Amino acid sequence: MDGEKEKVPAQVRTVNPLVPVPRGPIPTVPPESTRRTVRVTIDGREISVPEGTTLLEATRKAGKDTPTLCYLESLTPVNVCRICVVELEGSRALVPACSRKAEDGMVIRTDSERVRLSRRLILEFLASSVDVSTSPQIRSYLERYDAQPQRFGVPQSASEGRDAAHAGVHVVTDGSRAAAVAQPTKVDNELYVRDYGKCILCYKCVEACGVDAQNTFAIAVAGRGFDARISTEFAVPLPDSACVYCGNCIGVCPTGALMFVSEHNMRKAGTWDESRQSSTDTICPYCGVGCTLTLRVQDEKIVRVESPIENGVTHGNLCVKGRFGWQFVQIQDKNHNGSDAG
Amino acid sequence: MDAHYTKQHSSAAEKQAVDSVLGAPDSGWKGGTRSPERDGHSAVNGHARGSERHLLLPVLHAIQARLGWISPGALNYACQRLDVPPAEAYGVASFYGLFSVTPRPPCVLHVCDDIACMTRGGEELCGKLESQLGPPGSASLAGKVTWLRSPCLGLCERAPAALMSRAGEKPAEKVVAPASSGSLVSTLQSFAVATIKEPPDHFEASVSAPQLTHGDNSNLMLLRRIGRIDPASLDDYRAHGGYDALRRALDRGGSWVVREVSASRLVGRGGAAFPTGKKWDPSNKPRYLVCNADESEPGTFKDRVVMEADPFSVVEAMTIAGTALGCERAYLYVRGEYPLAGERLSHAITAARERGYLGNNILGRGVDFDIEIRHGAGAYICGEETALFNSIEGLRGEPRNKPPFPTQAGLFGKPTVINNVETLINLLLIVQEGGERYAALGTKGSTGPKLFCLSGHIRQPGVYEVPFGTTLRELIGLGGGVSGSGRLKAILLGGAAGSFLSPDELDTPLTFEGTRAVGASLGSGVVMLFDDTVDLRKILFRIAAFFRDESCGQCVPCRLGTVRQEESLQRLHHGGPIESVDVELSMLKEVGQVMRDASICGLGQTASSAVESALRRWQLF
Repeated sequence: MDGEKEKVPAQVRTVNPLVPVPRGPIPTVPPESTRRTVRVTIDGREISVPEGTTLLEATRKAGKDTPTLCYLESLTPVNVCRICVVELEGSRALVPACSRKAEDGMVIRTDSERVRLSRRLILEFLASSVDVSTSPQIRSYLERYDAQPQRFGVPQSASEGRDAAHAGVHVVTDGSRAAAVAQPTKVDNELYVRDYGKCILCYKCVEACGVDAQNTFAIAVAGRGFDARISTEFAVPLPDSACVYCGNCIGVCPTGALMFVSEHNMRKAGTWDESRQSSTDTICPYCGVGCTLTLRVQDEKIVRVESPIENGVTHGNLCVKGRFGWQFVQIQDKNHNGSDAG
Repeated sequence: MDAHYTKQHSSAAEKQAVDSVLGAPDSGWKGGTRSPERDGHSAVNGHARGSERHLLLPVLHAIQARLGWISPGALNYACQRLDVPPAEAYGVASFYGLFSVTPRPPCVLHVCDDIACMTRGGEELCGKLESQLGPPGSASLAGKVTWLRSPCLGLCERAPAALMSRAGEKPAEKVVAPASSGSLVSTLQSFAVATIKEPPDHFEASVSAPQLTHGDNSNLMLLRRIGRIDPASLDDYRAHGGYDALRRALDRGGSWVVREVSASRLVGRGGAAFPTGKKWDPSNKPRYLVCNADESEPGTFKDRVVMEADPFSVVEAMTIAGTALGCERAYLYVRGEYPLAGERLSHAITAARERGYLGNNILGRGVDFDIEIRHGAGAYICGEETALFNSIEGLRGEPRNKPPFPTQAGLFGKPTVINNVETLINLLLIVQEGGERYAALGTKGSTGPKLFCLSGHIRQPGVYEVPFGTTLRELIGLGGGVSGSGRLKAILLGGAAGSFLSPDELDTPLTFEGTRAVGASLGSGVVMLFDDTVDLRKILFRIAAFFRDESCGQCVPCRLGTVRQEESLQRLHHGGPIESVDVELSMLKEVGQVMRDASICGLGQTASSAVESALRRWQLF
């Protein structure tokens, strides 16, 4: 190929209007070896990492399993869950590992008494106010940090009024029941349900709906304080909103607050059984992009479709067809030829 | 992808409200009538399209003032005009306490039930209103009026305080302080049906700054013009030394000003006590100057008094700072609950611009600088500097993670210097006296004069100016001593985010280092007194409720910590602690620690401060 290119006269290349000519050297990411490195001490062990590395990456490089909830490789860190906090020497408060960049000479403790207390309390706060039953991740953290969410009392039962809460107003109770976000599940379309009683407000779905993936902006955080909630404008049902049903919000939801209707119904019926499920990777048949789909199958039926976050094509994102358009695969009627006439 | 708007039809009034800020739409792409000839072959796209988002807050204010609530039709039209997704605009509108996203009567009475007003009949006033108008939020007086409980309105020297607002074609706001339960409802009635725009408030210097009526007040520096000049007159301001400092600053040049500020060892007066000289590093090339006038710390009203009585001093100080640092533009973010301050500042800016003290080629020196006012809308958190930036930018007032600090990436992502009102007016002294002489005032660690807000059980509440180092006892003496029963029980220093002191700590010098030594902080200069008839537990409940209401809800430690803190205090009060009082208290301590350690911003980090300081000093449960 190179030999052939050489033969093309220079002026032909420059005058051809169909071939874009780079106006300068094409920028490339410098290889890791030539980037400046900084040295940080993590739990007594000094390691060096390239400049610009976050403390989360650094702690992971040092072999520490720093817990995260609102962090996802494909999204801009919002550092709101604070479960990744670590102790930084010289800093009054703990710092979020997910977004704090490593600086030369930093001394970090990832498992000090203060760090453990904060992580435990954060988990207790979440589990005492949110239904975490469909979040295996939070449940494993609860165990790891010996969190006792029940010590804040019996959580409040579901309330209807969360969507109408006014900023800066709340009813003062006698404290005998722990305030909780429990509320009726929103089922307003055929593709997915929103059960905000399970929402930890990690902002991931808002980011995936916005500039980090879909640029649809159908949902945003509304309200303030404990009444802050994920909402469409004036809490209108999803079909009236800007939603395009790409389902990328479901893809990033860490708690199962956003769920396929298929999964929701099976869980309700008690037929959801992950031990009977298998995953198969395939390529989406609809267009030429070639998105990788991971089909979750239970009893020969597709029950959920995802895409691997590390996939270079999708980064975990899909469109409505890839994520929800798989019913044709399941048609059992052997005489059905796929057309309306059939 | 094209933005999706709701199908809501916008009424003429809704469009008018939005257009009153933005002007008539110039194309079908921006919510106007579509004209194929004009719009058919052009489109507004790219950065230009979203560049007006910072006007969202002013537009929401206009909608609220015109309609009494943020209606779907108005919001939809605002979104089309500003190219903001409706869900995001709803998220912004529902963030602020002064906006309502559900229909509500046009006339709203906000009654302060916060801690300063509690000592002066605020609770009784609310009780009376409840019997006359029904529970807070309910419509009364033929559906024209509703009343709401409000956090501190910053009128503590005239407690109990109330603020009325009326939406409609001629919107108005009116402060009633002190509010008497006998006449408040009739005042409200006539305000609700009034058709003329009345002056929003009166200001009496002798009430708000009683020091001015004392015999010897010639040594006052920050308050020297309060009550002596007509706040609407630039000439009067100049006749009392106004704009001398700006001339001097322009004569000496920006780097001289920056050096003097550094030499003065001025520290921020907003609460965080950060050295101003450090913020003012010209090598950061700050593009914006922001004046933080979102004074919302319960018990704080010093900035309001300055802005109402001496607005030109704020404008002059901002001009000195802005020109010295080479900022191209400044924003003055005034608290939404301060109608008079907002009005007077806006008048002062216009007058200064007309006379060449602002705008292009200031005083003929070839320097350009201008100030734009933005009004808050009922969110304590927006006093946090990065939350304030987000609020100006038309985003939810959620604090940003630091670093990067505002000096590196602030407003609109550009290097920004942000200072509090009181900090800025100290510049006038520094420029006139020189940094060294300024630093000779006060103590070594805390230089200059300081404004304190005396409230609660004090004979003469108000703003007092004393040099740093004055003791708490001396300050209380200046205010005429303890009122109420005359027996002091507790002093709250620094507001809801501050700490309680007990009467045996009265000799604490009021300096940053002196208060730090007793585990407290000066904060924004609140000194609130409580006599021995006050149930301190009720004060703690109100503080806990305040933080729960005002948490932005972004980070878990603060969003839930403030809730669990309040619940825990309530359980202790109602005799139903979980397991035992000791277990409950240790749980409360842990909740406090996680908020302090892991919250994003100062609100969460100090939300347990007052509660913990009280529990350390008194056995309340």
